[in-house]
Amino acid sequence: MEGTIDPSLFDSLSPSEGKALAHCHHAKLGIERPLHLDCGVKLGPYRVAYQTYGTLNAAKSNAVLICHALTGDQFVLERHPVTGKEGWWDTMVGPGKVLDPAHFYIICANVLGGCMGTTGPLANDPATGKPWNLRFPVVTIGDMVRAQAALLDYLGIPDLFCVIGGSMGGMQVLEWAASFPKRVFSAVPIACAGRHSAQNIAFHEVGRQAIMADPEWRAGDYRLYDTRPARGLAVARMTAHITYLSELALQRKFGRALQNRNALGFGFDADFQVESYLRHQGSTFVERFDANSYLYITRAMDYFDLADAHGGSLSQAFRGTTTRFCLMSFTSDWLFPTRESRQIVQALNAAAANVSFVEVESDKGHDAFLLDEPEMFRTLSGFLKGAAIARGLAGVR
Amino acid sequence: MTATAIRVDLQLIADMVDPATRALDVGCGDGSLLAYLVDFKRVDARGMELSQVGVNACVANGLSVIQGDADTDLRDYPDDAFDYVILSQTLQATREPREVLRQMLRVGKRAIVSFPNFAHWQVRLRLTFGGRMPQTPSLPYKWYDTPNIHLCSIDDFRALCAEMGVRIEHAIVLNRNSRPIHMPPLLANLLGEQAVFVLRRD
Repeated sequence: MEGTIDPSLFDSLSPSEGKALAHCHHAKLGIERPLHLDCGVKLGPYRVAYQTYGTLNAAKSNAVLICHALTGDQFVLERHPVTGKEGWWDTMVGPGKVLDPAHFYIICANVLGGCMGTTGPLANDPATGKPWNLRFPVVTIGDMVRAQAALLDYLGIPDLFCVIGGSMGGMQVLEWAASFPKRVFSAVPIACAGRHSAQNIAFHEVGRQAIMADPEWRAGDYRLYDTRPARGLAVARMTAHITYLSELALQRKFGRALQNRNALGFGFDADFQVESYLRHQGSTFVERFDANSYLYITRAMDYFDLADAHGGSLSQAFRGTTTRFCLMSFTSDWLFPTRESRQIVQALNAAAANVSFVEVESDKGHDAFLLDEPEMFRTLSGFLKGAAIARGLAGVR
Repeated sequence: MTATAIRVDLQLIADMVDPATRALDVGCGDGSLLAYLVDFKRVDARGMELSQVGVNACVANGLSVIQGDADTDLRDYPDDAFDYVILSQTLQATREPREVLRQMLRVGKRAIVSFPNFAHWQVRLRLTFGGRMPQTPSLPYKWYDTPNIHLCSIDDFRALCAEMGVRIEHAIVLNRNSRPIHMPPLLANLLGEQAVFVLRRD
């Protein structure tokens, strides 16, 4: 359906979705075979917005799927059509980078429930013709992955050389490896966990409560009133942003430095640079992200528990797998600490899987996976090179 | 990683591994044995290494290695997961060598173990006449900074195997230059500087 616009799917586009869709591909899926969501709802048709880089080789053996994190999207590499900022993973992806479009056909799709063009609470319910808002079914990481698998079917890609992602992207990678082992040659789950911890659910709940406490949220129907819960969403983002950093990184970056002043203001303006920074993070976030979408995607992460879905045993999720795994964590990440990755490694060992595990020394916290971390790049390119040789992919440096 | 020349004692271990098998190298260091097994013997080789620096270097070279401890992490693997579990020059540094051996033989069909011989004549001489804790090329550490907390002799090791009901398939005694030397067991315990054993559950 590329290039054509189906009015029934697009009439409720938000301005940012419209801009995003004008700068990427999209597929209309689930027309004949709706998506069977974990909550029991059959969703279809639905739209997946995605971006690709590089060329699929004749053997269709060089496809790499990037799974984005909670607030990421399909614009991995190029300047973002909505924010104007550089691509969220241009440290990892690009000419001469670990994932070089000269070698790989790289795909990244906006997740189900997202707000950059893929069907989510912003879309219209085909049954009523009205925006889903909170009537959109609750989706899971498994649902997101099944939607991506449907996209691969649509693109005619039988299997993936690699599925890679950090944070919620890492959860999707694990889900891919567990649900579609034959379609995943190698898997790189970075800074993630086999299930969302109580502390992480707690932080998400604070974010959701901030959104829902904003009077402009209007039980999720803010678009009908031509408003939005900008303050609530900004607070949610501010809270979450703290969890992406480390105490050391905050201290080093800001300390107790004051913002545009020489003395304390004895009031509640942003006296400190760290306050001003967080306020800025919050206010820019609301320009690009939808509040309901934030509710849905955080919920999907909370519900993620791969062991629970496999009889309580994480290793059971990977039984008999032939996928090559490379896990990675960061020393200062307290949102998805190393022990979470180690648990996955244990489960993979118990399944006698081919697994590498690297803990990267970094003081940048959870966000390290998005940043310039030479050791991460070095180990990942080594892993991918080894996998490329095993796959018979020529030319991968 | 393209392996070229590897340490003589590692080469000896590599020669004991059949091609196209599955092997786990416990304490794989910089991965040179792993790389050799992968490149020259088509072995599905995995590694476990305590030092994170070592692990990261291995993975950057395309090897499948995880950070782990022989004492605690072998128990994560299922029975018979590998044809060989290799422990080179590490047994004497484990907290529970007997349990490590038991786990190796549970996880692997065979275990290949190499270790320095504490009954080597130089060691005996240095302790007996020097009156100091022995330092030799195989045991270069001072008593206070050695990682080797469970040193044994070749005969000690044989005795443990007998006690555990483990079959010794093959035993090689090495001289200072890690070259195999052939001699009766009694002499081996005196003249061998290192030993390599191939073990199997009986």
